[in-house]
Amino acid sequence: MGSRSPKAATADAPSAAAAAGPAAGADAPLRLLAPDGSWVGGAGGNALAPETLLELYRGMLRIRLLDGRMLNLQRQGRIGFFGQCTGQEAAIVGSAAALEARDWVAPALREAGVALWRGLPIERLIAQCMGKGSEVSQGRQMPCHHSFRAANFVSMSSVIATQLLHAVGIARAAQLSKDPIVAMGYLGDGATSEHDFHCALNFAGVWKAPVVFFCQNNQWAISVPFAKQTAAKSIAAKAVAYGMPGVRVDGNDVLAVLDVTRQAVERARSGGGPTLIEALTYRRLGHSSSDDPTRYREQGEVAQWEAQDPIERLKRHLLALGLLTAAKDEAIEEELQAAISEGIRIAEQGGEPPLESLFTDVFAELTPQLREQQAAAQAELAARGGPLPSHHGSR
Amino acid sequence: MAVMTMVEAINDALRVEMRRDPRVVLLGEDVGIKGGVFGCSAGLFKEFGGDRVMDTPLAESGIVGAAIGMALYGLVPIAEIQFGDFIYPAFDQIVSEAAKMRYRSGGEYTVPMTIRTPIGGGIRGGHYHSQSPEAYFAHTPGLKVVVPSTPADAKGLLLASIRDPDPVLFMEPKLIYRSLKEEVPAGEHLVEIGKARIVRPGKDVTLIAWGGMVGMCEKAAAKCAEEGIDCEIVDVRTIVPLDEATILESVKKTGRAVIVYEAPKTGGFGGEISAILAEKAIEWLEAPIVRVTGFDTPFPYTLESVYLPEPGRIREAVLKVARF
Repeated sequence: MGSRSPKAATADAPSAAAAAGPAAGADAPLRLLAPDGSWVGGAGGNALAPETLLELYRGMLRIRLLDGRMLNLQRQGRIGFFGQCTGQEAAIVGSAAALEARDWVAPALREAGVALWRGLPIERLIAQCMGKGSEVSQGRQMPCHHSFRAANFVSMSSVIATQLLHAVGIARAAQLSKDPIVAMGYLGDGATSEHDFHCALNFAGVWKAPVVFFCQNNQWAISVPFAKQTAAKSIAAKAVAYGMPGVRVDGNDVLAVLDVTRQAVERARSGGGPTLIEALTYRRLGHSSSDDPTRYREQGEVAQWEAQDPIERLKRHLLALGLLTAAKDEAIEEELQAAISEGIRIAEQGGEPPLESLFTDVFAELTPQLREQQAAAQAELAARGGPLPSHHGSR
Repeated sequence: MAVMTMVEAINDALRVEMRRDPRVVLLGEDVGIKGGVFGCSAGLFKEFGGDRVMDTPLAESGIVGAAIGMALYGLVPIAEIQFGDFIYPAFDQIVSEAAKMRYRSGGEYTVPMTIRTPIGGGIRGGHYHSQSPEAYFAHTPGLKVVVPSTPADAKGLLLASIRDPDPVLFMEPKLIYRSLKEEVPAGEHLVEIGKARIVRPGKDVTLIAWGGMVGMCEKAAAKCAEEGIDCEIVDVRTIVPLDEATILESVKKTGRAVIVYEAPKTGGFGGEISAILAEKAIEWLEAPIVRVTGFDTPFPYTLESVYLPEPGRIREAVLKVARF
């Protein structure tokens, strides 16, 4: 990301953006690009470098294509589950692009794209989804629960909001160590109801910790809509109670997301303390491959948000700027698809995790009990002969 | 060597380790200026400052969750939960996060964190200042659970816990926080996690206990000795990992086992020890395994001394298995 300061890009953006936003008012989300791709960010126009804009586009398109391919693999039984992010690509890529390599990320379910942006090899991502022994976590977790130490991307659990406190602890530790990193804690709208959301924001406020809470408000926590999650007018409004700014941004506008996140990151890095960002977006598909959203919501709502597609929006902007042509767009998509195909090919070559991986990494060293249980399992399998019981099958 | 209470020994261990390793930080409710409600961190705020001895907001999940983050980053946090009875809001962080981090990340991320918390009865604390919740945590793969029974062990096991590469729940029995004094080695003093201690050798009956109940067993054993019954006492010291070898060796020698713990009887960790004995030592057993425990009730205030196992009740159990 070799772009110039985002402040220049949005020097007089807020008022213009508010006027252009869908719900103009005090807490209207920042918007720089209208759904038709036109710049609404005020005088001066978009100041990001062309290569940055194209990188954002490629980043979003990559995870959109990956969603489709992974859902196909899931339907074919080649992976067991997938937590897709279609429609949320701008929130994911725009926020990820605001971070530096030295920063830390405590992710939730829909931030695999953040790990990819930070350099997670795509074959490793896919191998994790396949539960392969070739991947670092040895098939111990469900798909989409990534860990990527090389990029300070913390291993994800399925538990909601716990990771926010880890982000606060990381930020506090860095603050104590005089290390100018920023920790980013991702969450969804549902997580704001959890006690750890409150704990994390409260601790962060008291410690003035260099942390950014990035909420992808995608309007749905599985089948529960935002209106049933909170009586607050917005998630950003909750920040007031913790003595930190709360910012709303059009989560389908990658340039606006990048802009507000960069400001929050810079604020944290320079000692200004935490920020809560609410990116307004929409989960267009089910909660996961196991969920059928037609059972609880109107398809008309989905169509409205499809018209606000984040990738289409940037694409129109790039076409208008002359940075993209239909032919170039096609070439980019082909290249990304080829990379995914190659990732799938490599990932599928990985073997099943060995029996031993069931027992290692519980502790740094096996306890006597684990040694005994491992030996018993090995003996039992040896006596029975043949391979390990299959991943999905029964014994 | 100085004579210390367990509180003083814990304080000494914290000071020794904070002087030795600048990555060690302490956080919790009232651990700073006040020095902890029991005084375990007395003087540390003054010596190490508020950046290393942190008074936190009043939220156990916040304390443990933030400590996990600090450990992920590379510090060595010691989180204090003011009473074991208040640890439950942090249960999710301990069980779902700290204990599973190494496993789920294939060792990419680890949580070398110690959680200290006072447990058990003996201070007239009623329901919410008296519980012994070790069994909940012993059921969690990836978490070590340590309960010292003497001041010297408290120091040695706490130093070992802080240096352990995995999360350790260090439970401090309030019953003997100040009632027991003994010589504690100065400076470096490590007691290995996972090794039980033979408190008293004997040949007739094995008493198995941890924390505050070890002292009760010693008193009971003295009474039994007067009646010609020679008890061996095994102080488990670490619930996870459990030193099965020492327990089995003792029971195979005596053929009789009484397990003493102050938590409610049902689902208590003594039941696990009993199952191990049944699985691995049944041929050596001369009598049923008997448990002396708290009752399956909330911890009472006025009738605390009835609830807590005491030497008389332990003696009855010893006589029962000795005469079986």
